Amino acid sequence: MPVSVIKDFIEKSRLKSPWLVHFDCGSCNGCDIEVLACLTPLYDVERFGILNIGNPKHADMLLVTGTVNHRNKKVLKNLYDQMPHPKVVLALGACGTSGGVFREAYNVVGGVDKVIPVDVYVPGCAVKPEAIIDGVVTALGRLAEKRAEASASAKE
Amino acid sequence: MKSLFLALIGMAVAPVVGGLVSGLDRILTARCQSRKGPPLIQPFYDAAKLWGKEVTATNPWQAFCAVMYLVAAAASVGLLCAGSDLLLIFFVQAVGAVFLVMGAYAVPSPYSQIGAQRELLQMVAYEPLIILTIVGIRLMTGSFRVDAVFALDQPLLFKLPLLFLVLGYALTIKLRKSPFDISACHHAHQEIVRGVYTEFSGPYLALIEIAHWYEVILVLGLVSLFWATSIAGMILLVAATYAAEILVDNVSSRMTWRWMLGSVWLSGLVLSGINLVWLYAR
Repeated sequence: MPVSVIKDFIEKSRLKSPWLVHFDCGSCNGCDIEVLACLTPLYDVERFGILNIGNPKHADMLLVTGTVNHRNKKVLKNLYDQMPHPKVVLALGACGTSGGVFREAYNVVGGVDKVIPVDVYVPGCAVKPEAIIDGVVTALGRLAEKRAEASASAKE
Repeated sequence: MKSLFLALIGMAVAPVVGGLVSGLDRILTARCQSRKGPPLIQPFYDAAKLWGKEVTATNPWQAFCAVMYLVAAAASVGLLCAGSDLLLIFFVQAVGAVFLVMGAYAVPSPYSQIGAQRELLQMVAYEPLIILTIVGIRLMTGSFRVDAVFALDQPLLFKLPLLFLVLGYALTIKLRKSPFDISACHHAHQEIVRGVYTEFSGPYLALIEIAHWYEVILVLGLVSLFWATSIAGMILLVAATYAAEILVDNVSSRMTWRWMLGSVWLSGLVLSGINLVWLYAR
């Protein structure tokens, strides 16, 4: 079998098998409940090969809910660093995207993008499961773009 | 020469069939939970994606152990296809399982360490049962060889019904199904992150996935020996056993290791004892 066929299959598989790790940075649990709702029979994201794997070392996508504060920003950075490339980050909910109503609070750093690079912002308070699934699909497009950029820069 | 050829064919075909069985397992499990489930070839997507990820290993031991786990699992399937010695197949498989545990012990992560300890306890639970089943087959055929089973004119199942149940117990542990998925579950959900798999990532996790497919085929191969007189009987028995495993997986919750050791040893040793005494006294 030619090597290109295998390479193409691997590139296709990246989009067919996104494994998630979900981190609650200090959310009110509203967004977390909606993340878990995606796994229920109504939405069943496993149809698309999406698994909530719960382990940064196995994951391709990091879903972050809630505002980042000075206590957990190191944990967030650590989780991000443990994920092997290629990886994408989704900030979920009003708090995850910007800090939400807590952004002026003395203990709050702000949205997820103050600590790690965010690829997709999914707004909502709380985010709807449909919006989360849409965000994951958008993130898959971003993942493909990142791969294309990486291979283009490797050729140069 | 012929057995070498059979071994090579088996080692080439087993991961393909094993991956498809895993995909079917995921679909059936999803249907049991009134979900639709992933496509049939989802396990291949998963393994290919993992293969294409960044290579990270905490230390060389971890990488070496993942490779050796795959080599041992593939070799045990090859030996089974070649009609080799059942004890040899069993010990080669055990070497692979020990390498997985050593890989998990090679890193300081507490999840990996607890997973490795639990994996050892699982091995302590299922290994005597598989050995006793092999002893039962030896009493029936007069040989430890797989080809001796195929020379019989009557299915083993009728003479070893209780030992078949015992093998089913052992295989539930080996397939990482509930209620015995205490070191690592073959599904994504887990109480200790991913147990014995936690610290393996990227291509090394892909190797472990493929090794697990080999183990699924080895397990189903052992089951098929109990109706070795006809192809239809083999397929029927394997399908019925695997369906039962999926059902048990979905209707039971995860138990503790104490419960596993107690129940598996008690029921396993009693059932196999009765069956072996009956065979001997007959």
